[in-house]
Amino acid sequence: MDIGFLAQHLFNGLMLGVIYAMIALGFSLFFGVLDVIKFSHGDVVTLGAFAALGAIAFVGSVVPLPGLALVLGLLAAIAASMAAGMVIGGTLVLPLRNAPPVNVLLITLMAGTILREAIRLGVPNGGNPKPFPALLPDRRIEIGSFSVGIDSVTILLAGLAVVVATHHLVTRTRLGLAIRAVAQDPEVACLSGIDFRRTVLGTFALGSALAAVAGCMLGLYYREINFSMGLVLGVIGFAAAVVGGLGSLLGPILGGFLFAGVQTLVTITVPSASAYKDVAAFAVVIALIGLFPTGLISERASERV
Amino acid sequence: MPGNGLPKRAAAVAIPALAFAGLAWLLGAEREWEIVTILVGFLAVLVVLDRTQPGRAVAAACRAERSVANATAVIATLVVLWTFREEHFALLMVATVALSATACVGLNIQMAFGGIANFAAAAFFTLGAYTAAVLTGHTALPHLLVLAAGGAVTSVLGLVLLLPVLRTRGHYVALVTIAFGLLLRNLLEVNDTFGGPQGMKIPAFAPFGFDFGTITSIAGIEVSFYLPYALAAAALFGMAFLAARCLELSWIGIAIDAVRTDPIAASTFGLSPARWKATAFLIGNAMIGVAGALYGMMNGFVNPNGAGFGESLTLISIVVLGGLGNLWGTVAASAVVLALPEKLQPIQEYRLLIFAAVVIAILRFRPGGLLPRPLRVLGSRDGVEA
Repeated sequence: MDIGFLAQHLFNGLMLGVIYAMIALGFSLFFGVLDVIKFSHGDVVTLGAFAALGAIAFVGSVVPLPGLALVLGLLAAIAASMAAGMVIGGTLVLPLRNAPPVNVLLITLMAGTILREAIRLGVPNGGNPKPFPALLPDRRIEIGSFSVGIDSVTILLAGLAVVVATHHLVTRTRLGLAIRAVAQDPEVACLSGIDFRRTVLGTFALGSALAAVAGCMLGLYYREINFSMGLVLGVIGFAAAVVGGLGSLLGPILGGFLFAGVQTLVTITVPSASAYKDVAAFAVVIALIGLFPTGLISERASERV
Repeated sequence: MPGNGLPKRAAAVAIPALAFAGLAWLLGAEREWEIVTILVGFLAVLVVLDRTQPGRAVAAACRAERSVANATAVIATLVVLWTFREEHFALLMVATVALSATACVGLNIQMAFGGIANFAAAAFFTLGAYTAAVLTGHTALPHLLVLAAGGAVTSVLGLVLLLPVLRTRGHYVALVTIAFGLLLRNLLEVNDTFGGPQGMKIPAFAPFGFDFGTITSIAGIEVSFYLPYALAAAALFGMAFLAARCLELSWIGIAIDAVRTDPIAASTFGLSPARWKATAFLIGNAMIGVAGALYGMMNGFVNPNGAGFGESLTLISIVVLGGLGNLWGTVAASAVVLALPEKLQPIQEYRLLIFAAVVIAILRFRPGGLLPRPLRVLGSRDGVEA
């Protein structure tokens, strides 16, 4: 096993990690402001990818400019996912704020099912995997035996930029301040003049926009999207958020990289068992949740008894 | 109202009889308008029972005369089964509804009583069937014990999976069950030991040497070989129903309810939330596993598709639709959710979408379900009425 081969896998793992981290950040944000788990988040990722696919196909048929198609596809994805996230948040999650947590789980899970089934039935031939156009330049950078595509580098850098930008948004802007205030104590936040509903919906929009970008990146990386990919992504994203510590910002990023690391490790060490990649990932999810149910970095404030 | 005994009993006979007549009509119905009429009629009866004064009185009468209502249901089941004794498809559907309802009784104990969201019900159901396949294929264990083993394997595996998580709050259990469902299906598909994607064959159920696969007549009257299965499934459901009812009325049921509604208050009274939740989960999973084992034997094969997430969601939809904790509601919902798409082919493709939308509507506007869980009546009935 030479260095180039390892570096290649390390790079792939990093890229996958940043995508998982973006999904996990959404879970963590929603849990932070409302103490709820929004299980439809994975399907919002799928929705973003399919919206991008549609927009790219449309732009491609009008003007043959891959750069423009990519930008417009990304915008369409963000718009569609934000709308879906805000509708789910506003009509399903917010009214059930005081209901038992199981009900919120169920209702968002069912909302995710609706998104999934709507994509399967609504998109022509939606039950089959769809090829995602390769819009990034496909040249490769070669250093010795290590070779990496420019598209992968772009995805990794863009992902890191998005994660850093989110961190800045939450720590440095007024919206971020409001989000953190609501997360800490909704009543006092309302007393200090923060519009609770608007802040919550803003959080849902922010998380869903991250999901949309993640969806587009997955499409650009795997060159294929699938109506049911959201379920697995949702589980991995949620698990990454939980393992990292729900409600924190750094935790989900850590969790995302951890999961990508596990998956990459299984692929490297047991190449014959690559079919078991997902099995291993879920086994790790179960084991980690069993061992650290409150996360590796637990919430700072102790729970009210 | 002590003088009202007879009309009350009449109501307790009439309502189950009416429900089973509707079920029989649904099983025999061929045309689409008939099925739509049945569905609309079912909803209309629900509205009348729930919203009008006489309707509520009738519903209360059914609850008060529980034993009469249950006896009527048993007789009505036998009548329906005998009426359809030669119809393979109708009997298969009755058996499927009964077994799914059995699994949903188990799911009810977990979700409604214990408050543990189990999103891998179909995976555990399939696990029961795989246990039956392995045991009947490799050992000469009596088939009744195979059924029990299906339940035991399912509950022990579920417990090992969840015990570490039960000490914390609900989200994590949900995540573990979802991950387990996906894991099991994935594993069964890629692993050739259990037949891979094709699955495994299971011999017919043969308790005490009566091979259900070869029965073609009972006492000289020709019957479908699904009739014994439908009877066995109905009997299994009856047992699960009784067990759940006894559980609900016993101190175990009260303990489980207490740790769900307020774990902290319950633990100050010496009830360990983890222990009682584990109990609820164990019992529920055992029911799911036994039902799955019999279902596998009836079908003659089992494959990983049954363990899919969509199937688990369908079972949860049944429980929520019927009303969390309402066992008769579970039966009605099983019949509607499982039989309706089979009968109404145009909606077959859209069934998950429709169930998801209906469940969302129920959770949003009527969180108790179509038939909410009635309050438990302890002590003598006269004492309550006085």
